Amino acid sequence: MIRKSLLFTVAVCGLSLPAFAHNAWLLPSTTVLSDTQQSVTVDAGTSTAPFEPNHNAMNIDGVKVWAPDGSMGTPENPAKGRYRSTFDVKIDKPGTWRIGMENVGISGSFKVDGEPWMVGRRRGPPPGAGGPGAAAPGAGGPPMGGPGAGGPGASAPGGRPRIDPSHIVASVDEIPANATDIDLTETMGRNEFFVTAGEPSETLFKPSGKGLEFVPVTLPTDLVSNEPAQFRFLVDGLPAAGLEVEVIPGGRRYREADGTQKLVTDGDGVLTVTWPMAGMYWLNTSLTDSKPANPKASKRRMSYTATLEVLAP
Amino acid sequence: MKKTIAIAVSMAATPAIAGTVTVTIPRINVAEYHVPYVAVWIEPKAGGPARTLALWYDVDKRGAEPGTKWLADLRTWWRKGGRSLNLPADGVSGATRAPGAHRIAIPASVKPGSYTLFVEAAREDGGRELVSLPLDIPTRAAAKASGKTELGAVSLSPR
Repeated sequence: MIRKSLLFTVAVCGLSLPAFAHNAWLLPSTTVLSDTQQSVTVDAGTSTAPFEPNHNAMNIDGVKVWAPDGSMGTPENPAKGRYRSTFDVKIDKPGTWRIGMENVGISGSFKVDGEPWMVGRRRGPPPGAGGPGAAAPGAGGPPMGGPGAGGPGASAPGGRPRIDPSHIVASVDEIPANATDIDLTETMGRNEFFVTAGEPSETLFKPSGKGLEFVPVTLPTDLVSNEPAQFRFLVDGLPAAGLEVEVIPGGRRYREADGTQKLVTDGDGVLTVTWPMAGMYWLNTSLTDSKPANPKASKRRMSYTATLEVLAP
Repeated sequence: MKKTIAIAVSMAATPAIAGTVTVTIPRINVAEYHVPYVAVWIEPKAGGPARTLALWYDVDKRGAEPGTKWLADLRTWWRKGGRSLNLPADGVSGATRAPGAHRIAIPASVKPGSYTLFVEAAREDGGRELVSLPLDIPTRAAAKASGKTELGAVSLSPR
């Protein structure tokens, strides 16, 4: 209950989420393939401990598949279970693939005649057919890994103030002219993993120069537990120095400690990670600044999440 | 005249191979035994690309799950250079081998220098093991290492 009201507060105020938020994770069956006749099968869920399906299935409608040659692939056999969604991706081209979701949107609050209004993803059931922003293009999208994930989509029974569903608009364009106290946050997030068939390729790692980006120094499908890995983070194409990044190994419930490493990028935006063991890892970082692309927003919240497989030497 | 003789002598003295690696696949007593996939390769100690000397896998298996599907299970070899090979590779690819000692020639084209020799084995329904041994080319002395589970003795001899 407390958690949910906090989540709500956070969503409205645009602060970063507390550490106990539910994490959105993608768990591929494998990340290294020796030919182009295979598929990876992926679990997708949100839960406190990454990769443990015990809370909510992830909405995978927004999953995208970036093939090494620049073309877009298609997720196959999507299904939604109670605690996890699943889909397959045919890895039919050699090189390194990116698979996941990206989310760009604007959310926040404003007031009309003193009444609170919201912009962004509708929480709770839609008010009915034809309601403004029922599809909420660009505003909500699938949950990202970290801050902004929002966890469960359903509303809490009690415990938090409910905004009249008719006081929610899907996009900034629908904010009425007489609105006051406008507090909008632009959100940009990515949650992804990588698969390499045959030799790796770096075509998909060219930075776009927009927002928070992950640029591997060590290829993310080349990770070995006895070798430190390095990844560079950029914000708008410039090194993200001093960025806090969380790295959590899977298999939480088989250990005493959660094993979270809280790491910080160096002056060049480079993060160095040493892996305590082989396995799947969940990497997450977020950054809020005041440089949104949309002039109506005052803040920008960027998040990045990756699932990384580390092999034994 | 002297030079010609010297060249002739050195040519005659150069053996066709730079040495021999003997890899022993142990006999393992399990209900369901499959012979392992094995990769043998060398890496220059100073760094540089790996060179695969031998790769034993199910070369002829085709269909939805061809023999190449499981090559990435030789995970160290795969990352160090296996994935850049065009398979089957002449003089490298071969069928899986039964338990016993198998000899692999180190080609004479391997340049003199210090290397590490690696042997990696991965078995269906079994384990995976990596054994390494320092290797100097030209090889002067015999050397030996041994695996514990999936590989037996791995030895080097100058000839």
